Amino acid sequence: MSKTLVEKIWDAHVVKSEAGFPDILYIDTHFIHEVTSPQAFDGLRKRGLPVFRPKQTIATADHNVPTVNQHLPIKEELSRYQVDMLTKNCAEFGVELYGLGHPFQGIVHVIGPELGITQPGATIVCGDSHTSTHGAFGSIAFGIGTSQVEQVMATQCLLQQKPKTMKIEVNGETGVGVSAKDIILYIISQISAAGGTGYFIEYAGSAITSLSMEARMTICNMSIEMGARGGLIAPDETTFEYLKGREFSPKGEEWDKAVVKWKTLYSDANAHFDKVLTFNAADIEPMITYGTNPGMGMGITQNVPATDKQAVPEQLSYQKALDYMGIADNSPLLGKSIDYVFIGSCTNSRMEDLREVAHFVEGKHKAEGVTVWIVPGSKQIEQQAIAEGLDKIFEAAGFQLREPGCSACLGMNEDKIPAGKYCVSTSNRNFEGRQGQNARTLLASPLTAAAAAVTGRITDVRELLEA
Amino acid sequence: MKKFEKLTSAIVPLNIENIDTDQIIPARFLKATTREGFGENLFCDWRYDENRNPKPDFVLNDKTYAGKILVAGKNFGCGSSREHAAWAIQDAGFDAVVSSFFADIFKGNALNNGLLPVQVSDDFLHQIFIEVAKNHENEVEIDLEKQTITILSTGQQENFEINAYKKSCLINGYDDIDFILNQKQLIAEFEQTK
Repeated sequence: MSKTLVEKIWDAHVVKSEAGFPDILYIDTHFIHEVTSPQAFDGLRKRGLPVFRPKQTIATADHNVPTVNQHLPIKEELSRYQVDMLTKNCAEFGVELYGLGHPFQGIVHVIGPELGITQPGATIVCGDSHTSTHGAFGSIAFGIGTSQVEQVMATQCLLQQKPKTMKIEVNGETGVGVSAKDIILYIISQISAAGGTGYFIEYAGSAITSLSMEARMTICNMSIEMGARGGLIAPDETTFEYLKGREFSPKGEEWDKAVVKWKTLYSDANAHFDKVLTFNAADIEPMITYGTNPGMGMGITQNVPATDKQAVPEQLSYQKALDYMGIADNSPLLGKSIDYVFIGSCTNSRMEDLREVAHFVEGKHKAEGVTVWIVPGSKQIEQQAIAEGLDKIFEAAGFQLREPGCSACLGMNEDKIPAGKYCVSTSNRNFEGRQGQNARTLLASPLTAAAAAVTGRITDVRELLEA
Repeated sequence: MKKFEKLTSAIVPLNIENIDTDQIIPARFLKATTREGFGENLFCDWRYDENRNPKPDFVLNDKTYAGKILVAGKNFGCGSSREHAAWAIQDAGFDAVVSSFFADIFKGNALNNGLLPVQVSDDFLHQIFIEVAKNHENEVEIDLEKQTITILSTGQQENFEINAYKKSCLINGYDDIDFILNQKQLIAEFEQTK
């Protein structure tokens, strides 16, 4: 019988399937971090349970760490306590920790792929909704709550209903200045912040398969922003090339065997998807969001859609979002002045993002009054950026290169955008208060963010590229 | 886990769509390492001003609304996977959330904590908002065994879906870990076949 890629991986991980019950799904790899794990470890203690397969759980500290002076003790008491608690829990339960100061430390969804821990065909979970990122390697990867973190640590399994499947094809070539971030923001703007709920999405089509691994991660990362539990891309030579030689990738004969197996990971030609959507890459321009959910996005040259063009029951929420943003409907965003630029997060903090921004800003300088933070996704990326001299380029441009962590994506640490200020951000969520109380977030690609940093205004980066 | 059978209560209406988990409990409150105490910061930035004075126009600050059922616009609980959102709602005294659409992860987290998510049609949701606007004390009844929700002032009733396994978990007060722990032998055998 023909199967989709999701079905192939799912079926290979079902320990038990019984009518009337969710499947018992085996989990290959479990990532944890300081914020959503302490209550799970506590749960294990209360039940008197060990971590069932400690070698299959990997920990890092990312959500709540400072991005300056990481060599010093964390100043903020609650944050320090939470990070210390992770260290203590990992030691007690025998879990490997890449904590602050470790050369592998970084954002959980950046380090997994970078270290070769994330592999095709695997089931991967983490107490974080952006676990969907790992789907870029052709794995079933999804975010879970803390009760489920406890469940995985206790049993290496989860009770799960098999999801519906959706295929999203993006065909053709994107234009100049249009990146993976623009592709995914475009898709979300087309199907809404709830359009993928209940589905696992497989991305396909020439505009997807031509992307690098890092760009594919950006696409899969934001699957959750349309409500999908996960998104994945069938592994191919690009995937194998990326993984070869990484710290925890298979080596020698094991590598050859793994590649043979990974090459079977694709959706069969006649496989049935519950829903199929097709987009044309040529229709996508650099994107920007104007509202308070990632579905409220538009091409950067467009006007903000009119409130009275929204469905009647939705008009109240729509107008509330625009009021929060201080943005009028029917108006353009181009030329609007901004205050902050944040380049980072599990969506866009990888080497290619930093290189692209550095290449663009070399010889330019940030506009006066704009604060620019570049937060690399991992210690390895930070070190690589320094080795390539990108730090010097950023410094000359007035951009601050900080230390790795989730940072202003969710504003758990000190990296917060002040009330009322506008931040062009390469992160994944523009929710009210996400980057700080009453902060106003405009999601965009690294290039569009860098262009805004240089001009101090929302700018069509294509004009600067072509100039 | 807390047991859930039948609930009759007035409701707290929050007629806003796409309420994400950052609104339910902002990230700056996720530094706690226990499950308790999140209720006081539920909807914090809608509920309090910068000086932590209650905003009078927000429903949780309006004493005429009370009840154990939160009723909200569609796509409730989207965004972050933080289970703290379910803990905060429960800690603030709610036993059920009614909406016309729930985000997946939130729904799972709620069920894992004995907080019942009840998905109704858009029309039924609209009716609840109308009835509570007429009289804040109008009650709703949720019967988990029968899988029905009823607006008591009008008698309007709708059935709701819930996975049979999850239903029995809620009624009996047991959780997924209790269930899977009994399957450890099977899990170990499965590992041998991989």
